[in-house]
Amino acid sequence: MIKQSRQLLAGPYIVWIIGFIILPVLMILYYAFTDAAGAFTFSNVAAIAEPIHLKSLLLALKLGILSTLICLVLSYPLAMILNGLHIQKHSFIVFIFVLPMWMNFMLRILAWQMLLSNNGIINTFLQSLGFSGINLMNTQTAVVFGMVYDYLPFMLLPIYNSLVRIRKDIIEAAKDLGANNVTVFFKIIFPLTLSGVISGIVMVFVPALTSFVISDLLGGGKVLLIGNVIEQSFMQGMDWHLGSGLSLVLMVFVLVSMAFMNGKGKDGEGTAVW
Amino acid sequence: MVKKSIERIYLILIFLFLYLPIGVLIVLSFNNSKSRVQWGGFTLHWYQELFRSRVIMEAFYTTITIMLAASIIATLLGTMAALGIHAMKRRGKAIMLGATNIPLLNADIVTGISLMLLLIRFTRLGVNTVLIAHITFNIPYVILNVLPKLNSLSPNTYEAALDLGATPFYAFRKIIWPDIKGGVFSGFLMAVTMSLDDFSITYFTKGAGVNTLSTMIYTEMKKGIKPEMYALSTILFLIALILLLLMNYRSSKKSSEAVSRI
Repeated sequence: MIKQSRQLLAGPYIVWIIGFIILPVLMILYYAFTDAAGAFTFSNVAAIAEPIHLKSLLLALKLGILSTLICLVLSYPLAMILNGLHIQKHSFIVFIFVLPMWMNFMLRILAWQMLLSNNGIINTFLQSLGFSGINLMNTQTAVVFGMVYDYLPFMLLPIYNSLVRIRKDIIEAAKDLGANNVTVFFKIIFPLTLSGVISGIVMVFVPALTSFVISDLLGGGKVLLIGNVIEQSFMQGMDWHLGSGLSLVLMVFVLVSMAFMNGKGKDGEGTAVW
Repeated sequence: MVKKSIERIYLILIFLFLYLPIGVLIVLSFNNSKSRVQWGGFTLHWYQELFRSRVIMEAFYTTITIMLAASIIATLLGTMAALGIHAMKRRGKAIMLGATNIPLLNADIVTGISLMLLLIRFTRLGVNTVLIAHITFNIPYVILNVLPKLNSLSPNTYEAALDLGATPFYAFRKIIWPDIKGGVFSGFLMAVTMSLDDFSITYFTKGAGVNTLSTMIYTEMKKGIKPEMYALSTILFLIALILLLLMNYRSSKKSSEAVSRI
């Protein structure tokens, strides 16, 4: 009786879900499978096979995987070092590594644009040392730099959280029983942080795969990711049907990669961080 | 010993990677020259320009308004929803949580586009549509923060209070609220953060002439160098610093836990 009336509290949210979550997704489906005249068609979804679209999807996959790997390689040792620090310093130092994340996303890109541009700091510095300047801006390298810088905390925090949860006596027990550091790492620490690693991978890979702002601003229109193609088809080409078709493909890609990763690490505990 | 120094060096390198760009932005905000590499003397000129610029001030105002309105409404709806979902049976719960996950799992660009496609049918895009979009992506964070608190409540205490003659509202205030308010608060904070940081969803759901800070910076960046933006970065960085320090101080007892939850 009490329970039933309490369920009513979810009423407004149910209305909200239907209105602003389910209906919008249905709208994408509708646009994706119709042409300008409103007739049913597969061509918007099939357009992903066109060379220019396929190339942008593959490039997004490549840069996404690359950024995710770099974030992972940078974060894991960092998380281990942070976890090993003396306990009093440790909250302060974690704080230092979280803080940049709180600055507006766009301003972090601005900072990199400033560093990387042809008459920017890095090039001027190199030239003053006598090296010839390198063209960093508007390259894939610049985009990967931006992605790593923006998404690093998303990898660091879940790994760090799962490391903090490991009880010290488990590691001590293993050492008492004769395991060396390498064995402890591979048999105990790594398996126990796997769920953190996996949610880190998902939280970096999905935004990197679907990003259009970083590639737009740091790639200067020369690095075309699937996100850019979709954005342009809405904002410039005004071909909403094509844009929806490609969005649908992207959605499926995200869901498949998540299902794949979730299958690898069963509990999604680390995901609660964000 | 060697291991310690390697660790130190690694920490310092990552620290530089994270803070060098921000540091450069801050230094340039006081630079009396439009050049990015030449120091033209100290100035507060860009800060004056910043506060004088109507575009920037309007974007700032819009950002704060949307952030506050979206976070408060999302916290209210989300907390109610969490209470309702908590009372549901297993199947209803699963369906509700599945739907709640959609905005979290979907790419921002897809969420933004899908909302735009729907909203543009019924209304003109403007501040209100951005508000709806922000509420939509904020609610899940509130629910996911409140629900675990509800799950760790003993189900009997609330009913006992009712049996002893408390009104449902009184029992809620005295029994449930004290235990969930931490979750409600952190859900609210997370909504604030998400709202402030969002670009993609705002970009697709905003109408012409409406700008939040994120979309305004985007437009300005496409136009070229604007040192006012450096001044803005410095101010926003300081705000973030102060807010985080305050939050850290507030929960200094469980500080490491609090930071890791951010």
